[in-house]
Amino acid sequence: MRKAVAFVLVLVVGAGFYAVLATIPFGADKTDVARRYVRNGVRETGAANIVTSVVVAYRGFDTLGEVTVLFIAAVAVGAVLFPAGGPAGEEKTEASLIVRTGSKVLFPFIILLGAYIFLHGHLTPGGGFQGGAVIASGFLLLYLAWPGRGAGRKVSSAVESLSGLAFVAVGILGIVYGVGFLGNFLPLGARNALLSAGVIPIIYVAIGLKVGAELAGVVGHLMERP
Amino acid sequence: MSVIEAILILFMLVAAVATSLFRDLISAVVACAAVSLLASLLFYLLDAPDVAMAEAAIGAGLTTAMFVVAVRKTKRYEE
Repeated sequence: MRKAVAFVLVLVVGAGFYAVLATIPFGADKTDVARRYVRNGVRETGAANIVTSVVVAYRGFDTLGEVTVLFIAAVAVGAVLFPAGGPAGEEKTEASLIVRTGSKVLFPFIILLGAYIFLHGHLTPGGGFQGGAVIASGFLLLYLAWPGRGAGRKVSSAVESLSGLAFVAVGILGIVYGVGFLGNFLPLGARNALLSAGVIPIIYVAIGLKVGAELAGVVGHLMERP
Repeated sequence: MSVIEAILILFMLVAAVATSLFRDLISAVVACAAVSLLASLLFYLLDAPDVAMAEAAIGAGLTTAMFVVAVRKTKRYEE
């Protein structure tokens, strides 16, 4: 009986969504602002990847808010899962030889891939959030291979704080140079070069390190909790 | 909509229904990861590689690991 009611409710909600969404043509750009970003994004921000020019340059303040939300979530996870009675007693068994050796070989390459993704955020698809998630998955491999060791715990919290500070400091430097908070005060440089697009690479490196450290911390807290 | 997109959406639906029906929670987590992986492929086909990367790394990777850890520390089978 309850399942039948739930099924009918799902159908009603689905029909409501469909009625609304069916009126929007899929993939059509209806707004002037999207057209403006596509037309002027590369020239105004110097970033070959238009998605990055929107995320970091045009909507940089929203990205700062997103990073803040992620930070608060990571702090909440840390507060809820804080190890109460010291380190866990059991479950200290190490992973098998294959996992340990594989993680030793793969870990540097995963970190390298993550760093590549956020360093080239203004040139190729990807950016700080994606690169940070890849770095966190590298740390996940370490936690799986050596449980209970808390790999890089202190370093990751220092990196997290410093990169968050760097993001805000770049924004305030924009005010100092008179282009507004998070405005670009560096030369745009040659298009498609690694050192181009003004402050975008600096901000994305800060975001990448911050997201990587935060997600690695969340995963670490979850795994180390007895 | 191309044939590949239709097939991806069909598999996503199957995996999503399987997620809700499995009693073994590890199987449910794996089916959930399959939804994320197929969604990231779909994002890539829809010319959104940035979203595809985020979905693959977070949806299929980190979230799955967190669910597996949570299941391991509680109970494996749903009553």
